[in-house]
Amino acid sequence: MQPALAVEQLHKEYANGFKALNGVSFNVAQGDFFALLGPNGAGKSTTIGIISSLVRKSAGTVKVFGVDIDSDFSAAKQLIGVVPQEFNFSQFEKLIDILIHQAGYYGIPQRQALQLAERYLKQLGLWERRNQQSRTLSGGMKRRLMIARALMHSPKLLILDEPTAGVDIELRRSMWEFLQEINRQGTTIILTTHYLEEAESLCRNIAIIDQGRIVENTSMKALLKQLNKEHLVLDVSQPLSAAPQIDGYPMTLRDEHSLEVEVEKSRSLNQLFTQLSAHGVDVVSMRNKSNRLEELFLSLVDASLESKAEASA
Amino acid sequence: MTSQQLWIAFITIVRREIRRFLRIWPQTLLPPVITMVLYFVIFGKLIGGRIGEMAGLPYIQFVAPGLIMMSVITNSYSNVVSSFFSSKFQKNIEELLVSPTPNALILAGYVVGGMCRGLGVGLIVTCVAIVFADLSLHSLPVTIAIVLMTSLTFSLAGLINALFAGSFDDISIIPTFVLTPLTYLGGVFYSIGLLGSFWGSVSLANPILYMVNAFRYGLTGITDIDIVWAFAMLALFSSALFGWALYLLQRGSRLRS
Repeated sequence: MQPALAVEQLHKEYANGFKALNGVSFNVAQGDFFALLGPNGAGKSTTIGIISSLVRKSAGTVKVFGVDIDSDFSAAKQLIGVVPQEFNFSQFEKLIDILIHQAGYYGIPQRQALQLAERYLKQLGLWERRNQQSRTLSGGMKRRLMIARALMHSPKLLILDEPTAGVDIELRRSMWEFLQEINRQGTTIILTTHYLEEAESLCRNIAIIDQGRIVENTSMKALLKQLNKEHLVLDVSQPLSAAPQIDGYPMTLRDEHSLEVEVEKSRSLNQLFTQLSAHGVDVVSMRNKSNRLEELFLSLVDASLESKAEASA
Repeated sequence: MTSQQLWIAFITIVRREIRRFLRIWPQTLLPPVITMVLYFVIFGKLIGGRIGEMAGLPYIQFVAPGLIMMSVITNSYSNVVSSFFSSKFQKNIEELLVSPTPNALILAGYVVGGMCRGLGVGLIVTCVAIVFADLSLHSLPVTIAIVLMTSLTFSLAGLINALFAGSFDDISIIPTFVLTPLTYLGGVFYSIGLLGSFWGSVSLANPILYMVNAFRYGLTGITDIDIVWAFAMLALFSSALFGWALYLLQRGSRLRS
């Protein structure tokens, strides 16, 4: 089966000489929910820009469901829906008009476009506001409007560039559910986000891009397996004056009611709790200090920076 | 895209453009009417009455075709330049750029939208002119053809201006410093027969002269220049501008990084 997206040796050098991409390659399988992560300026938006035709590539190939963008960009564009990072709709048009116009650009008749607009605006909780000018919407509503717009031509590949940036947690969760439902119905989704918890919750496969290079490309499970230790925060019932000393479990006191402990994956948590009980410490709750993916992400990006520094030394 | 899909995409752009200028009619349709009423009252009635005849016509009848054409030119141009640049500024031009709509169709959609406003305002101003002047019709085909070609030419020019523009200042420079002087020097208010041979020859380099004179010929049968030559020049201008605009869109000039 053709991959939904095949990116091969993508290079981009801007007119000012800045090299945004240095041979980016990755595949996204059909039906996948794929995360493209990277720090600011890593090349995520440039990659998406090339796929969606807003940025001209310097070299490399991009195929969407087997369609090469160089040989038939029009056919490839029919397959792609893009939700950009920045709001890019007319501030003075009504929501319903924005969606109907977008459908029209893909050759969808107005009657059909109206039905589609009603469906997506209702699903995304914007139907009541369909006759308002888009500038009157809140930030979260504008993000949802861009998702509805990107879906108007029923793309097989949906690319979302930080779709939940600045969106409150409740709304973010409802957008996740919506995207998961679309993915279940067969739409391949590529997501870039700074919320690593979001990528971990939604995505099955992941590529991490840094300084225009892919530094990791694997399944989310395989990536998380690379974590060989976790930092846990334990809340305790009795106040502590010092962290207990337990072999194999380095611990620090965060405050008199919480401890931070580093646990290697090979070690048992039961053992930790037994030892804590022996020290008279009663644990009432436990949580991860940081998102697991966040730790990996930082370590991969740091490693990429170090290798670049070594190469240039 | 199939031909039906292409048609839907085209008509969507045109419809959106028409809605845009109708939505903001106090900015787009009303000002030219007020301006033209003032022109007709001041130049036609008050001053025109003292001037007498120009090229064998009462002065108000002489200036009326030029004033109508001036409205068509400025409105065709300003519709496309402001609409396209606003789309660039708000980035909603990306809606079109990521879609499969071909560049030629994007160009055609914006240009036809500009022509609709230019011709619409031209029609309104013609109605105003009828109130003030005794307008006749010498040749309907020439009148329609020349007004269509003029509107096309300036819609294309507006799009090119918008493509190059990087700020709102850039979209007012050409209308202020190029379009308005060319229009005023394009034989709207005088016959080039009044100019000496040198300035008369210089005036021939002004494309608006051909448009104004050909339109005046269509209405009154009187012109300073050869009509065939006027059509040839207009065909040349519009073809060159179409080719240039399409080339810029294909290259993604100032649209794609």
